[in-house]
Amino acid sequence: MNEHEHAHDSHGDHGDLPRYNHPVSVKLLLTVFFCLVGLTILTVVVNGFGLGQLDIWAALLIASVKAAIVCLFFMHMFWEKGFNIIAFISSLFFVTLFIGLTLMDTRAYRDSQDKFPLDKRPEPTVVRDANS
Amino acid sequence: MSSVDTTAEVHDEHHDDDHHDHGEFIAHHFDTPEQQYDSGKLGIWVFLVTEVLFFSGLFCAYVLLRYHQPEVFVAASEHLDKVLGGINTIVLLFSSLTMAWAVRAAQLGQNRFASRLILITMVCAAVFLGVKAVEYSHKWDLNIYVASHYNYIEGYHPDAPSEGLAGALGVSQSLINLCVLPAILLVGFLVAGVIYRVRESQAMSALYLAMAVMMGGFFLGAVGGQIYQNAAESAAAHGGDHGHDAAAGEHAEEAAVTGPDTTSKYPPPIGMFFSIYYIMTGLHAFHVIGGMVALSWLYYRCTRNHFRPDYYGPVDFVGLYWHLVDLIWIYLFPLLYLIN
Amino acid sequence: MSTTPQAAKLFGNAIGEKGNYLNASRGIKSWLLTLDHKRIGIMYLIGVTVALLLAGVFALVLRSELFTGTKMFLTEAQYNQMFTLHGAIMVFAFIIPSVPAALGNFVLPMMLGAKDVAFPRLNLCSFYLWLFGTGFLLVAMLTNGLDTGWTFYTPYSIKTTSAVMYATMGAFILGFSSIFTGLNFLVTINTMRPPTMTWFKMPLFLWSLYATSIIQILATPVLGITLLLLFAERALHIGIFDPAYGGDPVLFQHFFWFYSHPAVYIMILPAMGIISELMSVHAHKKIFGYAFIAFSSVAIALLGFLVWGHHLFASGQSTLLSLIFSAITFSVAIPSAVKVFNWLATLYKGSISLVTPMCYALSFIFLFGIGGLTGLFLGTLSVDIHLHDTYFVVAHFHFVMVGGTLTALLGGLFHWWPKMFGRMYNDFMGRVSCFLVFAGFNLTFFPQFVMGARGMPRRYARYDPEFQIFHQVSTIGAFVLGIGVVVAFAVLVYAIYRGPKVGGNPWGAASLEWQSSSPPDYHNFTHKVVMNDPYDYSVMVYDEDLDTYIHREFTVPEKPARTEPEPTTT
Ligand SMILES: [Cu+2]
Repeated sequence: MNEHEHAHDSHGDHGDLPRYNHPVSVKLLLTVFFCLVGLTILTVVVNGFGLGQLDIWAALLIASVKAAIVCLFFMHMFWEKGFNIIAFISSLFFVTLFIGLTLMDTRAYRDSQDKFPLDKRPEPTVVRDANS
Repeated sequence: MSSVDTTAEVHDEHHDDDHHDHGEFIAHHFDTPEQQYDSGKLGIWVFLVTEVLFFSGLFCAYVLLRYHQPEVFVAASEHLDKVLGGINTIVLLFSSLTMAWAVRAAQLGQNRFASRLILITMVCAAVFLGVKAVEYSHKWDLNIYVASHYNYIEGYHPDAPSEGLAGALGVSQSLINLCVLPAILLVGFLVAGVIYRVRESQAMSALYLAMAVMMGGFFLGAVGGQIYQNAAESAAAHGGDHGHDAAAGEHAEEAAVTGPDTTSKYPPPIGMFFSIYYIMTGLHAFHVIGGMVALSWLYYRCTRNHFRPDYYGPVDFVGLYWHLVDLIWIYLFPLLYLIN
Repeated sequence: MSTTPQAAKLFGNAIGEKGNYLNASRGIKSWLLTLDHKRIGIMYLIGVTVALLLAGVFALVLRSELFTGTKMFLTEAQYNQMFTLHGAIMVFAFIIPSVPAALGNFVLPMMLGAKDVAFPRLNLCSFYLWLFGTGFLLVAMLTNGLDTGWTFYTPYSIKTTSAVMYATMGAFILGFSSIFTGLNFLVTINTMRPPTMTWFKMPLFLWSLYATSIIQILATPVLGITLLLLFAERALHIGIFDPAYGGDPVLFQHFFWFYSHPAVYIMILPAMGIISELMSVHAHKKIFGYAFIAFSSVAIALLGFLVWGHHLFASGQSTLLSLIFSAITFSVAIPSAVKVFNWLATLYKGSISLVTPMCYALSFIFLFGIGGLTGLFLGTLSVDIHLHDTYFVVAHFHFVMVGGTLTALLGGLFHWWPKMFGRMYNDFMGRVSCFLVFAGFNLTFFPQFVMGARGMPRRYARYDPEFQIFHQVSTIGAFVLGIGVVVAFAVLVYAIYRGPKVGGNPWGAASLEWQSSSPPDYHNFTHKVVMNDPYDYSVMVYDEDLDTYIHREFTVPEKPARTEPEPTTT
């Protein structure tokens, strides 16, 4: 197998690969990785600003950017067939539907749920250490 | 009217690993390697769809709790260590890099290089779990469990263990408990690796030794995590008085702003946050373990030189799965750790 | 008209060197470890039939208990367990895998002219998951039983002492079995179609299986996480669904029905696909409105995700959301009706042969029509408040599930049985079974509409005397239905051993699976498959030598140039 490896490495353009085989260049992989690390640090830093309500949205936005570049380059979605992309992305649509409609509904009856009698709430079941 | 030849070549269903003729890994019911690859690719994407929807239930529970009882998150945030979470994020991102690189190596037929990258990925996965074990055990020491068992008292610090292995190492008993199984696996893999080496079964020996190295990664993560944890605690105990006060002051402020009784008449169910935390991270960790098994299998196949430019599907598909595990963590990290 | 030798091989009983799939290899191991989709389909068929009979016996016990309205042989607690197990086994172990996993497995690759599904190992794995999952349900039954209803509603399912954990584990595993089947079929249809078979040249059964797969893939994981959370709730008391810890019990209903409403379409869509085939083949007429039927399958699958809230009208769901869910529920009627009208239009001026499968198909249209229309009553907000949790609901979903899916399954079995085993059943007895099923079914469930509308609640072991006559008629009907189903299976099983042999294509059907020998070769086809429109019956001509229909391409018109000694094919 070794001569095989060298044979392939010497071809920069990978001209002899089957047409479904698109290797991603090492340079691109490393770039993506450092972007991801940078974004991770960014999200921790932004979190330290104390943006209040905006915090969660900023964090989600950065997470989504990270997710997008992982999908595009690590998961080869950039070169993927349209059908596979649609299949995967459609899952997000159904997740949104599920969470969205459920959230809409629980908003409506949440008040009645808070009326659950407190004295009926059970005690925690772990026995606390004597020293606490 | 056209016709299709359905009786192309008939291959034996159980392919023999030892010869390397061209059609070796093409299952009998596919016509071309491309058809086989496309089928596997679509299959794994669809599988990832099911994974996304599987996790969606947990995200749904999370969103509802966060929307209806934001005060729970504020109270819970003090138990979550951004540094450990951040380190784990970087570890997983790095494992994604090595995985993607391994796919590239397999695409080019570089089996040996691919196997090394896969080994690094496996070790990263185990490091992740080791750090997770430190986080879990630390919470358990503070009586932070799921909602029904949540029993944390403000300011509680567990005594340092004095007996047994835990006392000798200066770590909590729950961490030792979490390390038992990995330790057994580590020893078992080592022994199996040596036995296979003696029997001169190189591929199996390499597999088991690689898995032993992987389990070593778990202890690397656990030790590193614990050292950080100890340092953080002593910093909080000595110079951290100021920080602690600030945190307490912040809390008091928070309480004053929202008021205890405006949103709900009852104390916030902080345990609920940890129910969701444990289920989400636990299920994620379970997927990491599944990934470790799959990666070990890939490692074995790489050492057998199975992959070629026209046959690298398994690496690609496990890689996609592994990236999804990473994707889920990319969301879990800000949602669970970055709360103010 | 005579045949070429090739045609004899294609359409007669001649087979390749390995033999047909039934005798290619022998021994129990060759079945249990098989990767052949046909054998897996047969194993599934045996499995789901056992589940059907078991849960059917539970149903008869329930109906018998209800004969008088006072205690006969079940306590109230036992009654609760009985209807729970009836529902859980019927839904999870029988109906969901019935058509896709049993019939679909057998037929789908052959309709594509392929040798197998895309992932044969996954296919076998899915069968074993079915086996383990069903095993867990049985363990639940044999240990503490299960009394939550098949829906596992919280908070009762958290509190009850019955074996909820085994049952949730069982349903969880069955869910993965279903996901893997769906994944396999979706990929197979996508990547293994022959190059000339475009999407709109596929048989409609494949369209419906495709739509079913979409639901299985998108909805079933949510069931998985729901059951996992319920399991954790029982094991660790995580509190997400438990109001005692600040959790939300109604959330469970959202989770559960996000899966379980689409699951209703997992049950009915493949049945509709069967009916599309049956209508066209046995009316010997091109299917009417092919594209409409095809798209309506996909439309039903997608709309199915937008209506789950109609199960929560009485659970305190917000009014706005109830309104939205109600409106979308009505809209599901459109694609369903599109299908029914197209089937009826297919019959118009067709040359209908009232063979057993056609009788079942016609029963389906009648029963599904009623089942579907009564669904509109229940989707109406104000009416549902009255009918919620009454026998009206029970009757409605049995009309769809039994009158729809079971009838279609039986029809499909009678249709493909000659293909599966190479033998013809006694058609008269088949029609008798159809009559018994149809009559018994209506006798059982029609009275339930009436008593439901008059306020008889479901899931009650005892009732007021005013409902007794309805219950008694219903019980008698249930036994007739039970006998009908048993007769149907008896006719089919008898045919395997004693039925006359048939050639490859006894119905003159044009979809590809009929171009194989009967029973099919181990590799499905021994020769090239001739591609044609699956609903163009003119391409199939009757061949006297073979006593079966063969493709026009293989006939030698008039001049008996080469009448070699024809292979005798009984
Ligand atoms: Cu529904």
